[in-house]
Amino acid sequence: MTSTLLPPAGLGGEVAALLPRPVPVQLLDPDGRLTPDEQYDVPETEALVEMYRRMVIGRRFDVQATALTRQGRLAVYPSSRGQEACQVAGVMAVKPTDWVFPTYRESMALVTRGIDPDKVLTLLRGDWHCGYDPVAERTAPQCTPLATQTLHAAGLAYGERRQGRDTVALAFIGDGATSEGDFHEAMNFAGVYKSPVVLLVQNNEYAISVPLSQQTAAPALAYKGIGYGVRSEQVDGNDPVAMLSVLRVAVEHARSGGGPFLVEAHTYRMEAHTNADDATRYRDDAEVAGWSGKDPVLRLERYLRSVGALDDSAVESIAAETESLAADVRARLNADVDVEPLELFEHVYATPTSQLVEQREQVAAELAAEAESADAPSPVRDHAVLHTRADDPPARDHAVLHAAASEAKQEER
Amino acid sequence: MPERITFARALNAAMRDAMAEDDKVLVFGEDVGKLGGVFRVTDGLQAEFGADRCFDTPLAESGIVGFAVGMSMTGFKPVVEMQFDAFAYPAFEQITSHVAKLRNRTRGALGVPMVIRVPYAGGIGGVEHHCDSSEAYYAHTPGLKVVTPATVEDAYSLLREAIADPDPVVFMEPKKLYWSTAEVSLPVQGEPFGRAVVRRPGRDATLMAYGPTVPVALEAAEAAVDEGWDLEVIDLRTIVPFDDVTVAESVRRTGRCVVLQEAQGFAGVAGEIAARVQERCFHSLHAPVLRVTGFDIPYPAPKLEHTHLPSVDRVLDAVARLQWDDVPDDRFVAGGQALAGQGAA
Repeated sequence: MTSTLLPPAGLGGEVAALLPRPVPVQLLDPDGRLTPDEQYDVPETEALVEMYRRMVIGRRFDVQATALTRQGRLAVYPSSRGQEACQVAGVMAVKPTDWVFPTYRESMALVTRGIDPDKVLTLLRGDWHCGYDPVAERTAPQCTPLATQTLHAAGLAYGERRQGRDTVALAFIGDGATSEGDFHEAMNFAGVYKSPVVLLVQNNEYAISVPLSQQTAAPALAYKGIGYGVRSEQVDGNDPVAMLSVLRVAVEHARSGGGPFLVEAHTYRMEAHTNADDATRYRDDAEVAGWSGKDPVLRLERYLRSVGALDDSAVESIAAETESLAADVRARLNADVDVEPLELFEHVYATPTSQLVEQREQVAAELAAEAESADAPSPVRDHAVLHTRADDPPARDHAVLHAAASEAKQEER
Repeated sequence: MPERITFARALNAAMRDAMAEDDKVLVFGEDVGKLGGVFRVTDGLQAEFGADRCFDTPLAESGIVGFAVGMSMTGFKPVVEMQFDAFAYPAFEQITSHVAKLRNRTRGALGVPMVIRVPYAGGIGGVEHHCDSSEAYYAHTPGLKVVTPATVEDAYSLLREAIADPDPVVFMEPKKLYWSTAEVSLPVQGEPFGRAVVRRPGRDATLMAYGPTVPVALEAAEAAVDEGWDLEVIDLRTIVPFDDVTVAESVRRTGRCVVLQEAQGFAGVAGEIAARVQERCFHSLHAPVLRVTGFDIPYPAPKLEHTHLPSVDRVLDAVARLQWDDVPDDRFVAGGQALAGQGAA
């Protein structure tokens, strides 16, 4: 690997060693042809075939999840279609023992990480907040408050190193989040404490509706690293080969004691911000169509076919595997999950306060009264049966609960 | 062997003893290393335990707390200092969205125990942004414990308990008490979290206080003897968890209650306490629960703070209004509307 090339001596050299390239790193052009690079190696073909497989699965998962929002099975879904190279390269560049700090848009990365899709979607189907065990998966909960998780990643990476472990923390964030103070504080802390953390900025051109030009005057987001002494690079985020190659260098840099590394991936969000957003209000079809021509999945497929690493039968077999995974996600997401109201009080503190114990008892009594009234033939009962489906407006449910509880109170007296 | 020490020294000893006992306990924040903190509460910790265990951070409060979240995830027990109450506000998002919620968000799989020390409240002639009483913001946030000692013994005992606690604790240190002293033998273990303590037993009315208002309440109770009132003083010690039992038991006995708080009154902790008291003790009350609080103004400049702070006289005035002769409180009926002001917020 040529990334260890020594920079020229002196301050200018130190600065040069931290700065990103003026033009994003690209190893594969949109037609799938290799473009030689003297600093970044082309990953081994086996890894690229695996990457292709995961990107295809990731995209199918993403499309499936979007479809589930239309059926009312998911409350909301932020798609990352078009960003497959970033999502998959990030996860493939780290070890299972490393930590990943995702945002809400990283569902595809979490599936790539091997987390059960059902648990990945717990947040978005509304059963609870985080559906997986972050400690077991070494993956923090999907983070919604922008850039806040970059500080956790910096702190965790430092804490791991303090204990003699070579763990790297990879934090995903978006272009909009680079305007948040926590992103800057995280880079500063990571720089000062030499935290082995990789910050992967997926610059998908939009923060919901606001284009990058209104987000920053920086020539590229990757230049934000230099002010904190953080080595940085910018990459064609729709080039899977470059993404995996640069992220491997970044992770190795962090793991070997070089400190933090900032990677800006230039990519594009093909869908709206979420299914609830209307992207036609702020961008035109021609722009989206332009990015279709830079599709990362197709680009990698073309390359792998050209070197004989992928043929029709391999592509079909991956497609079949993908369809069966999608069918499994569909089936499991179409099944109702019981939610337990009394669990509300369980995880606020290690041991519930006396106030929480009282509140749990109140809800338990309401539920018992509701169950009792459901057994008895009364107008309340019919009402309850009619209106306890998950898709009912909360206000009606509340009214039913309330009525049932007052009835129970009357009986007590 | 009892020794006369300051409140600040007791806090320092608590951290020192916790650090000696458990090498996962780390102290970090702004100026806590060589300087020993602007109030010298971390004095000597870096010299004794090294710069790995007690260290200065970049000047960024959100960064300090967010970094502590990650450190806590790897098994460290961060004890971080926010230099002043109002300087903790940049960390508010980290505290409310992550520190407080991570256990809940992850269904109990990932708690982030840590102690966030906040020197708070006024009475020390501090200029603006150095004297806020910010406890209500934290107490209103489920998932946080909010602790505020008022005695030298509690300074030690509650901080040791905070460091050992499995949940995140916002540890609020009344600045004006840093230099108060008492004879204590360390280590000392007082009542646990969630237990209020009767600092002075009395029969006629209960003064509820916490942190900086506890000495005010005690002084008021002594002064009240001349007026013929025997006042009970309760030190809440931990706002969260809240001790409903001790509070209600006292008011059921005395039948009258005044709640003290240095913070501005509207939507504050004192209002919560007053509501809880009337919910539980309504039939024992001979008078409405009154509050003596700061005014609903930004914390004033040093030369005006004495007008703002709850004083012994204001407490006694409130006690006098507890309808001893069964006469309605005209402050709330004059002109058909409540008058603004302390105790009538």
